[in-house]
Amino acid sequence: MKEDIFVKEESFPARFTDKLLMGMPLSEYARALITPFNVVAMILLCIGFPLIGIRFAKGLAAVTHASNEYPWSILLGWGLFAGVPLSATGYVMATAVYILGYKRYHSLVRLGVLTGFMGYLFAVIYLLIDIGRPWRIYYPMAVSYGPTSVLFLVAWHVATYLTVQLLEFSPAILEWINARRSRKWAILITIGMTVGGVILSTLHQSALGALFLLAPGKLHPLWYSAFIPVFAFISSIYGGLCMVIAVSTVAAKWLRERADRNFLDNLDPLTVGLGKAACIVLFVFFALRLIGVAHDDNWALLGTPYGFWWLTEVLLFILVPGVILTVGVKRSSARIVRWGAFTALAGIILNRLNVSILMFNWNLPNHFRDIVPPAREVFIVLSIITFHILLFRWILNRMPVLREHPDYPEEHG
Amino acid sequence: MADNPRKGALGDGIREGERTVKENGEGERGTLSRRQVLQTLAAAGGAALIGASAEVFAENRISGWPDRKGMLTDLTECVGCRTCEKACNQANRLPEPEVPFDEKSVFEKKRRPTASAYTVVNRYANPKSSDKPFYRKVQCNHCNEPGCAAACPVRAYTKTPEGAVLYNKDVCFGCRYCMVACPFYVPAYDYESALDPRIVKCTLCHERVKNGGMPACAEACPAGTITFGKREDLIKLARNRIRKNPDRYIDHIYGEYEVGGTSWMYISGIPFDRMDFPANLVEKPLVEQTKGFLSAVPLVLTIWPALLGMCYAATRNKEGKE
Repeated sequence: MKEDIFVKEESFPARFTDKLLMGMPLSEYARALITPFNVVAMILLCIGFPLIGIRFAKGLAAVTHASNEYPWSILLGWGLFAGVPLSATGYVMATAVYILGYKRYHSLVRLGVLTGFMGYLFAVIYLLIDIGRPWRIYYPMAVSYGPTSVLFLVAWHVATYLTVQLLEFSPAILEWINARRSRKWAILITIGMTVGGVILSTLHQSALGALFLLAPGKLHPLWYSAFIPVFAFISSIYGGLCMVIAVSTVAAKWLRERADRNFLDNLDPLTVGLGKAACIVLFVFFALRLIGVAHDDNWALLGTPYGFWWLTEVLLFILVPGVILTVGVKRSSARIVRWGAFTALAGIILNRLNVSILMFNWNLPNHFRDIVPPAREVFIVLSIITFHILLFRWILNRMPVLREHPDYPEEHG
Repeated sequence: MADNPRKGALGDGIREGERTVKENGEGERGTLSRRQVLQTLAAAGGAALIGASAEVFAENRISGWPDRKGMLTDLTECVGCRTCEKACNQANRLPEPEVPFDEKSVFEKKRRPTASAYTVVNRYANPKSSDKPFYRKVQCNHCNEPGCAAACPVRAYTKTPEGAVLYNKDVCFGCRYCMVACPFYVPAYDYESALDPRIVKCTLCHERVKNGGMPACAEACPAGTITFGKREDLIKLARNRIRKNPDRYIDHIYGEYEVGGTSWMYISGIPFDRMDFPANLVEKPLVEQTKGFLSAVPLVLTIWPALLGMCYAATRNKEGKE
């Protein structure tokens, strides 16, 4: 690895090229940036970012489908409601390794924590674009308290958990900038932060479901349930597990040179192990969804078009991935497990979009016409996803995430 | 204030709480001061242990501010003149509408309150005689226990003793959860505004009412459709009308019990769902829907650390053998 050669250099330019340009001279680095992927990414950013500018110049009406009936558009449906369960990676992996003692998953913890941190960071970015006065985002924390609101809880927890995850990830940053003493402190708080992270995640993952408890008449009865907070929490567990499978798969394919032997050699067996945990949770979630229908005695609704959609979600995107994962685990095939994981993730996204957009206001006339997002909003979302991926790659390229830092062996945080 | 966060938001916290404390030594459910939430919590926690939840949840009456005012719209009287829309527009200094207030063509489409109109009137066919349609005036119903207030993370909503549910733009950060929560689709948002957006909705002419007046729409209505008064009295009035004219009215005061009761109520000659009133509303206040979840929060906060600590200790204990 190139950058290790420069580690002992102390002059500022050397540190700069070492840390930021991955050990390359500026001209070489700039040339290395021109790849087909980066070109497409650049185009998306060039379309999306000006559109974000339009939102702040002309208001949400200019870029989203949000309306008086549909206050929340895909900015939140995707960015917050689908994004946060997919970012359960941090608490799931940290719990597995530090609390439940599955030490062999150590090489995936940092990736999990980083995925989680980035997911929350970007959920906040989507929020900042969507809310009316983003500069007041701290108001629930400091200016006016609304403790009867589930969203009050979400605000506090997402803010706190973002901080917790930054601290959880900080050893990687501190190793990167070679801050030995601070890193020692950062390692010391691991267990505390992990426990705190699980508590916060339990509450706000479920709270994102509980938000919709206030809209009993608006959300279709097959999705509205007194159990919706439990649905949201339980599905976040396998969401986190499957997301670690997905992100590690992608990272091992495209950033192979940033990973060490340990990471690459163990990835397949660990993927199967994660798949095993995920499929158990998937079956729990499947059972819970059936219990949800039974609890409100909504069986008759399964015969309606909405019922077919519910069956599509629950059979194709919960039961089927569960079965795929089971087959993959039985045959110890990481490849099959990966297929299962990607299907399960699609199911999580579908479930959150169902609750927040597709089945919300299902009984209004013109419902399916009114929820179609305009191209502008789709491009905003695409550009933020692109920025998310670029920033993620930037970090993986530089910080010891997929590998152990040679100067900090064994006691890997 | 600090130990009674719901005082403003849901109105009856302090007053009701104190009165009932004196009378029967217990906080009253349905009104939520923090003390009462804690009581409920403690009770719910205890109940979960001893299986006596029925007792804890038995009392579910909302009395609210006792003298709060309200409105009764008699939908059989409304002639669709839109005078109320005009009066509202002028009283609240709202922008001039694109179509004048005497224009009847607006009835061809169903309208809703917007960022520039607190109230609108819609037309519905009369199944009995086609030349005498029904009209429905739409505006905020000023719930007894408003869903918007329960939703607001910054407590921008206040249920006043006079009955109005008021919105404070100075703390609002524009999350629009109130709009998600409102069962009547009332709060409108200024989506056109880039940096100064706010929620817009009827204020029940709070300032006028506080000064002894009545809301502009009720004052202006030439048909006697809208009656302003104490909510209790309005319910009696509505009952009387229904009893005296059973052929004219259906036997339902909309808003008496819907989502825990509203300050603005309606009587009608045809079922309310035919005039687009939400017919699938719960009778409990919406805040009850999230109470169970919010009650579980402190339990998780206290039990999880111990539970996780136990798991941690157990796996460390096992480590030697592996």
